[in-house]
Amino acid sequence: MSDNETPDDDIPLGKLPLDQWHRANGARMVPFAGYEMPIQYAGEHGGIVAEHTWTRENAGLFDVSHMGQLLLSGEGLDAAVEAILPIDLSTLKLGRQRYSLLLDEDGGVLDDLMVSRWPGHLHFVVNGAVKYDDIGYLREHLPDEITLHHMDDHALLALQGPKAVDALARHTTGEYALTDLTFMHFGRFEIAGHNATIARAGYTGEDGFEISIAADAATEIADLLCAEPEVNPIGLGARDSLRLEAGLPLYGHDLSSEISPIEAGLIFGINKRRRTEGGFMGATRICREIAEGTARKCVGLTLGGRMPAREGADVYAGDSRVGTVTSGGFSPTLGAPIAMAYVDSEHAANGTALECEVRKKRLPATVSPMPFVPHNYFRGN
Amino acid sequence: MPRYFTDEHEWIDVEGDSATVGITDYAQEQLGDIVFVELPDVGAMLDKGGDAAVVESVKAASDVYSPITGEVTEANGSLEDEPALVNSSPEEDGWFFRMTVGDKAEFEGLMDDKAYKAFVDNL
Repeated sequence: MSDNETPDDDIPLGKLPLDQWHRANGARMVPFAGYEMPIQYAGEHGGIVAEHTWTRENAGLFDVSHMGQLLLSGEGLDAAVEAILPIDLSTLKLGRQRYSLLLDEDGGVLDDLMVSRWPGHLHFVVNGAVKYDDIGYLREHLPDEITLHHMDDHALLALQGPKAVDALARHTTGEYALTDLTFMHFGRFEIAGHNATIARAGYTGEDGFEISIAADAATEIADLLCAEPEVNPIGLGARDSLRLEAGLPLYGHDLSSEISPIEAGLIFGINKRRRTEGGFMGATRICREIAEGTARKCVGLTLGGRMPAREGADVYAGDSRVGTVTSGGFSPTLGAPIAMAYVDSEHAANGTALECEVRKKRLPATVSPMPFVPHNYFRGN
Repeated sequence: MPRYFTDEHEWIDVEGDSATVGITDYAQEQLGDIVFVELPDVGAMLDKGGDAAVVESVKAASDVYSPITGEVTEANGSLEDEPALVNSSPEEDGWFFRMTVGDKAEFEGLMDDKAYKAFVDNL
């Protein structure tokens, strides 16, 4: 028996603030994004499917401290950031968070990120695997007046699932109630006397929160939350299957510098004013693609049978190869294999019958709308 | 009935000229939740150390190799409907396939129960 996944390079791996906590909680640690990270936990509620289902029904605690938290400030900040990102900061009010894209000059995706308007600052959350590249790119293109601070003394925890709000609300105090936050809003709170910036957002398709705290408070807060009956720790394995069901792209797989956000179906990341005005990295290509369309598109695929099609599997329409799977696996919620793929645009309509080739076998696949499992975000009563 | 183990975490039970093959408890534990098993066709000729089956977990696909050379005589049909048998009963009900024993000398390089346990303890 052998694992088909190739191990990472021999770069020394970093340790996250919760490293010991993960091990004490029975985590199996694997290399990911330059760190040793928990792929799954042992015990009654452990294992990818159990952790996945637990998060969909209760609340799961994810350590996402590998991600980069960047704090930007300085004179002319909004204009400087708009010269890079395709975001409209004039409509990003204090306390709001928005999805955006870091693009190269040709419109390829260098990263996807969350941008939040903090008082006097913009806060970015970027992917762990590319955070140092992002910092270099931003420093190169931002004017000297802009300060970019990497908050590497902070941890980031995500509490996700329909019962996340119940568990977290028991431990938060602040100017207003945690329950006043709606999807893509954030606020300042205290948890057990520690300052916490909490955004109502996440990467599972469920209601939930991302909690930014000082690294030295992470263990205490993780223990506090996992002592709640609704909460179990969840590893990277379930994080991947949850985000795939939610139709959310994973950088380095469904997004890369070889892919434009329009091909990826992320036009909402190019804010409306910017589509006409341009003036951001890659604008020439992006604006052309918005007007003319793209030759290939990201689609969801549902597969017949139980055999998953993994990343790299070819997609066929009859005898013609029309695309490639970029993420694929088995959906615990649907009990069936699902995938994201880039296919030629003429084969991208929902309901189109295609095939995926896995180990020389053709598996029936149908182009399906994403998310595969409906989002359950809290947008207010 | 002797049982042998490979360093790729397959087990093989030998009964005269026939053998039953599966993956070990250690292997299923490492793979996690198994969602699909691709078994060899009856009549397929397998080489010692060659590809025999594929196990798909939620996360990844893993190859299973044949511990010896021989012909497949039966595949475990229960795994089609219930691949999770490999997790719940890897070394009994979750067997993969049966095969003929071509050359008994091929068992010589395999581990017995005790040697395999020591091998796993050192991983």
